[in-house]
Amino acid sequence: MSDQLDPHEIERLRSLKPKERMQIPRQQMPEQAPDVRRANFREVPHGLPAMTAIVEANRCLACKKPACVEGCPVGIDIPGFVALIVQGDFEGAVRKVKETNMLPAICGRVCPQEAQCEALCVVGKRGDPVAIGRLERFVADWEREHGLVEPPPTGAPTGKSVGVVGSGPAGLTAAIDLRRLGHEVTIYEALHAPGGVLMYGIPEFRLPKSIVSAEVEVVQRMGVQIEYNYVIGQIETVDELLERHDAVFLGTGAGLPWFMNLPGENLNGVYSANEYLTRCNLMRAYEFPYSDTPIAASERVAVIGGGNVAMDVARTAARLGAKEVYLIYRRSEAEMPARIEEIHHAREEGIVFKLLHNPVRYIGDECGRVCQVECIRMELGEPDASGRRRPVPVEGSQFTIDVDTVVVAIGNGPNPLVPKTTAGLDVDARHGTVKTNLETMRTSKRGVFAGGDIAIGAATVILAMGHGRKAARSIDHFLRTGVWDVEKVE
Amino acid sequence: MNEILENTVIAESVNRYVIAAPKIAQRRKAGQFVIVRVDEHGERIPLTIADADPARGTITLVVQAVGKSTAQMATLKPGDSLRDVVGPLGAPTHIERRGTAVVIGGGIGIAPAHPIAQALKAAGNTVISILGARTQALLIMEEEMRRASDEVIVCTDDGTCGLQGFVTHALADLIAQRGKPDFVFAVGPVPMMKYVSLLTKEHGIPTMVSLNPIMVDGTGMCGGCRVTVGSEMKFACVDGPDFDGHLVDFDELIKRQAFYKEQEQLAYQQMQERCQAESLAQATPS
Repeated sequence: MSDQLDPHEIERLRSLKPKERMQIPRQQMPEQAPDVRRANFREVPHGLPAMTAIVEANRCLACKKPACVEGCPVGIDIPGFVALIVQGDFEGAVRKVKETNMLPAICGRVCPQEAQCEALCVVGKRGDPVAIGRLERFVADWEREHGLVEPPPTGAPTGKSVGVVGSGPAGLTAAIDLRRLGHEVTIYEALHAPGGVLMYGIPEFRLPKSIVSAEVEVVQRMGVQIEYNYVIGQIETVDELLERHDAVFLGTGAGLPWFMNLPGENLNGVYSANEYLTRCNLMRAYEFPYSDTPIAASERVAVIGGGNVAMDVARTAARLGAKEVYLIYRRSEAEMPARIEEIHHAREEGIVFKLLHNPVRYIGDECGRVCQVECIRMELGEPDASGRRRPVPVEGSQFTIDVDTVVVAIGNGPNPLVPKTTAGLDVDARHGTVKTNLETMRTSKRGVFAGGDIAIGAATVILAMGHGRKAARSIDHFLRTGVWDVEKVE
Repeated sequence: MNEILENTVIAESVNRYVIAAPKIAQRRKAGQFVIVRVDEHGERIPLTIADADPARGTITLVVQAVGKSTAQMATLKPGDSLRDVVGPLGAPTHIERRGTAVVIGGGIGIAPAHPIAQALKAAGNTVISILGARTQALLIMEEEMRRASDEVIVCTDDGTCGLQGFVTHALADLIAQRGKPDFVFAVGPVPMMKYVSLLTKEHGIPTMVSLNPIMVDGTGMCGGCRVTVGSEMKFACVDGPDFDGHLVDFDELIKRQAFYKEQEQLAYQQMQERCQAESLAQATPS
């Protein structure tokens, strides 16, 4: 990625009038060609070159009342950091971002910007919005690549200590903010590596694991202790954590895969998305036998679902060498919960979309391996509770597709291990989530806070981070005042 | 990192490891397991805890070298460390006083049967253990099982030790001669657990089995360890590993266990070839 700056060009761009700025097209981010990237696990987009980032930043109209900030779950000062990019002050820009978001290299890659900041961008009303996500990613990468990453200052020691359960986006964010406020923090991680879904779930080609590791290193440099291989609910209970910590934050995530209860779902070659992705991402099965964890060798893969996880699985399957990858989704493309960018990338990589289809059963061969999926066609009926039109099966439209691997990516529930083993923690009976006041991130149990997927069910990385941040403020309030029953924390 | 304090060969390709894991040693209960990773490229291997010494801060694992990871583990010496040990995982075995309990351990399954026998005896049961092995050289932990049981019946497929025949024969004889025990717990190869369960179902004897299916995380996250129990889908890592033997779909489990066989053999073979090449290179004077 080119780092060269052209001072004359920077000046010329700065002197442009708003009308002229509006003429600048949204800058493209260079990326690996589809036929090339389908054969490797390297990151797909290369990131913006420095001058391209400056050109893109000049598209921002620096609105007085920036709508984009309203769309950001953590409220980053977007016009502020973009203005610093315009000046070529990348270090200033990344500092500005990090005032509110400590993990921009991650958010710049995995946030659904098109539904958040960029959806509200004024420039976007008449054309393409400012590529805020790409700019965020740019400044974060620039800082890391120049070795300028500095842990934020930690607060004066308060003598209080917080146990954080889970090192995913919610836990990491909470830990950072709690250290800034001067509290001691220990993170308890069930797996052998940090990052939660950032590590086991999101594939290398979308979020390189070296970036997650770099961000975690910063957290550790702030003095956060991480205990790996530590499964709360098994080795210790939350009550035991409360004996040595003044508060506990639960960020245990959505670690319970859903299946559809279809005949043949336990055949060999039928995976949950969690298992498929964990084998590949965390355990690096794509390097087998150099790494010891195997994954099914597949020619024809069916992925069930239409969310980001389904896209990640489909694109992973293609990279693992599958010739045909089908994405089977019961609604139409308009209802797909996946990000537009992911759908676009998946299509480019040759994933075959079987829209308005639903699996009915899986058929196995004599060895017990799946060899066919029987599908039924669907049509859209009346809107359901989600406001989307309900998919209805078309009678008698069943047919089969030959496959050797199926990955069920229809979503995850909250992991029940902690709720099940914690007395006095109210759980939503229907969703399995820990009942949490979303203003204060407080649970029904004094001293216990929760955030991310364990509190609201499977959502996004940035929402989890927002929860972590809110929880840190609320924990700080609790530790300073000792007051538990509050409706809001300023 | 968890230090290996002892590594002893106790039968052909079977090693007994004593591993420093103080917290797990304190917490573990009969029936629970750990997941081990040998090094940073290692897969996550679920292994049932065979014994623990809370005072010394150690757990004991008995592992048969059947593939690359377990063979690699066998080469470790006291003072070496395992990259990761996580546990205790799974639900503890439900232990209660029932009267006479028969504990059946087949092959390497004798190791996980050991803490069950201990716990059942401690709860006031009369424990009769049936130990099965292919041949005498593969029989493990007989002494430990004798200490944990009121009576031990040994059987080998080839008759080199104890009765000749399978554990199911020994169990059938026991029932015929002395009547039905109140409870049977079986752990070992899946076909063994299947035939034990078929036999006890005929006699109406409550039977629990301990399953060790393929799994990754061991916390209920991946669902790789799912088993069908009484037509319900269960995750062995969190719902088990113990299940009612009369309800488990063993045939499905046997197929699921074999899924990665070819890949595992490939990895094992490549490792053996590499080891041979290395020892050849070392043996050749430069």
